[in-house]
Amino acid sequence: MKINTSGPLKQRLISLGIMKDVTIRVLAHTAAKGTLEIKVGKMQIALRAEEARLIEVDDVA
Amino acid sequence: MWHKGTLSVTGTCPVTANHIKVALVGQPNVGKSMLINSISNSHLHVGNFTGVTVEKSEVLFDYKAYHFTVVDLPGTYAFTDYTIEERVTKEYLCAESYDMIINVVDSTNLEKNLQLTSELMSLGKKMVIALNMSDEAQKEGIEIDAVYLTQLLGIPAVKVSAVTKMGVDELIDVVVATYEQEHQESKLIFSEPVEEEISHIVEYLQKHHYESDNSYRNIAINLLKNNQQTYEVLHDNPVWTELQPILIEASRHIELHHDSNDLKEAFAEEYYAFNRGIIAETVSTLKDDVQELTLTEKIDNVLIHPFLGLPIFLFFMWGLFQLTFEIGSIPMEWIDGFFIWLGDTIGATIANDEIRSLVVEGIIAGVGAVVLFVPNIIILFIGIALLEATGYMSRVAFLLDGFFHKFGLHGQSFIPLVTGFGCSIPAYMSARILKNDRDRLLTLFIIGFMSCGARLPVYVLFAGAFFSQEMAGNVLFVIYMAGVLIGLVAAKVLKMTAFKGADEPFVMEMPKYRLPSFKLIWHTVATKTWMYLKKAGTFIAAASMLVWFLSNYPHHEALEAHYSTKIALAAPSELKSLENERDSALLEASYLGQVGKFIQPVFDPIGMDWKMSVALQTGLAAKEVVVSTLGVLYALGADVDEQSESLANVLRNNISFASAVAFIVVIMTYLPCLAASIVFTREAGGIRYFFYLFIFTTLVAYSLAFVAYRVTLALTG
Repeated sequence: MKINTSGPLKQRLISLGIMKDVTIRVLAHTAAKGTLEIKVGKMQIALRAEEARLIEVDDVA
Repeated sequence: MWHKGTLSVTGTCPVTANHIKVALVGQPNVGKSMLINSISNSHLHVGNFTGVTVEKSEVLFDYKAYHFTVVDLPGTYAFTDYTIEERVTKEYLCAESYDMIINVVDSTNLEKNLQLTSELMSLGKKMVIALNMSDEAQKEGIEIDAVYLTQLLGIPAVKVSAVTKMGVDELIDVVVATYEQEHQESKLIFSEPVEEEISHIVEYLQKHHYESDNSYRNIAINLLKNNQQTYEVLHDNPVWTELQPILIEASRHIELHHDSNDLKEAFAEEYYAFNRGIIAETVSTLKDDVQELTLTEKIDNVLIHPFLGLPIFLFFMWGLFQLTFEIGSIPMEWIDGFFIWLGDTIGATIANDEIRSLVVEGIIAGVGAVVLFVPNIIILFIGIALLEATGYMSRVAFLLDGFFHKFGLHGQSFIPLVTGFGCSIPAYMSARILKNDRDRLLTLFIIGFMSCGARLPVYVLFAGAFFSQEMAGNVLFVIYMAGVLIGLVAAKVLKMTAFKGADEPFVMEMPKYRLPSFKLIWHTVATKTWMYLKKAGTFIAAASMLVWFLSNYPHHEALEAHYSTKIALAAPSELKSLENERDSALLEASYLGQVGKFIQPVFDPIGMDWKMSVALQTGLAAKEVVVSTLGVLYALGADVDEQSESLANVLRNNISFASAVAFIVVIMTYLPCLAASIVFTREAGGIRYFFYLFIFTTLVAYSLAFVAYRVTLALTG
């Protein structure tokens, strides 16, 4: 798990609990797949595909 | 409560002895404001989404021998400057003086919440943890050992529930006890490399007998975290020259250890590791159903379905406006009847013609016209309160983000925009949740196109007057949606011209769905309704008197005498039309009539008669005044024999359909009321923005009304 950006956005993602060794699950997306809903720990987070692309993950399941 | 300003519950003086100033801190949407409400019986605005509280607000109350000041700070995930509200919290915690912190955490997601708690620990302040939503956690099978947690962290932790008021008294007792005790150093432990660097810095500070309120350990932690305030303090100190190389070396060491070039990330990982240890020791989950869908996820499967989500949302909105009109119109007849009765009864007791006219045709007609719409307002407010309290609001922001994005708006703009359906003032404030100033300004400029609650009476009046009963609800829906569309197009135009720039990221927490308590909804709606009524009784009444005065004076003796002789000579059949002619001639000769006639050329192209243009002008003070002005102006000209004739009927008989459409378009788009404009100016950051807004909205309103009038005229012949 790695965040390929820097600055405020990275801080934001980290403060929402997106960091090394966490499991991220994609729960939903909008019709055009422009916006995603993911689950990190017990929290659900909405983010755009552009931001989601910055989060590098390994497939676990 | 619309604004969250200083609120005094008991009115005690804060500068007496035995005074405890508490800062209430926590992540967004953990129930901080609700906890204050439970503790002190105050009524801060609460909701189930991130960013309800955007400004700090203080609540004063007494408990046992102490006077308390509790400062409710906007929620923040971490010590960052991401949005304005988070900056408010950070600056308060680092720079203001307060005695201690109550850290409110969500018991159902302790892992995430403790991240902020760990950061708060290095502030060196006395602290108490309020394990809020304990009842909810219990239902989810989450058991927290508060006693052990207290031992491990060295910070008292108390289980509470702001909703049921469970543990609230105990919390305050613990706060008092903690206040009376000596400050305890926190038991936060880092990984070995970090601990090593901390002790280096601590040793150095000890050697130089550096003077500070905070402990050396905390200073060391803050320095390593690149905390700006700590840097600024130390920067001017002689120790800095030697400290700087130590810090650079330490940072390099920690970064290497974490395989990251970002110290904040490194520390987030440190905290996370520490907190996972704490969680493992103190939290046990009975139901270990990680794979099973939670209730929220099940609901989300329907409500944010890729294809059904938006239609469902539109259906909810349509239903709300149907209800607003259909149910709202039931008690309207009674209210209308009551004010007619009131006018007759009171009018009969007043002998003086002038005073009777002032009271009956001025105050009662004006206030009555506004109060008439209370049922509609209540239904609209219930709808907005449900949207805010259930957690659905964030889902709609999610659904609309893609669509909004095309128009250059941020998905989170949805939250201030929806708030704007209630009142523009809190909407302007809640735009603070937008991180980027450009996005925020853009949103501020279009909030006015979201028709506020005060404009609802105008729409209900016109929809009822010009459309059949069955259609009126649909018309309301169309008006509101048209406002949104105009807003979106305006946003696009502004984005391409005035607010050019890169798109901001959209990252937002989706709260759990919660069933709002009846009490909470009732309270929110009752407060807003009461404010509406209070405004009707004070501001609207005063405005009605002013409009009455301006439309009755100066007296034209010659004109009156002229009609008196005419009426005396006329046949009984002509009597009525002559009286009407006299009334409107007198009205046109009044101050208001003169003003109306003077500005008439401007409003002529969009189909407004002078009464309508005057009503629009008075609407700049407050939108409800539009209705009361129409009420007063048409009550004066109305037939004396048919007093039961409602304002809607009078309007239908006096205004053409095309003019009515143009009138609604202007109401939808022109400048917000005075109070909202002031808040807009403050939030936008300068008087020049007010002029931009004035020019912008006037241009939009005038050109759209012109088109609407001409097109409707062509279509209806």
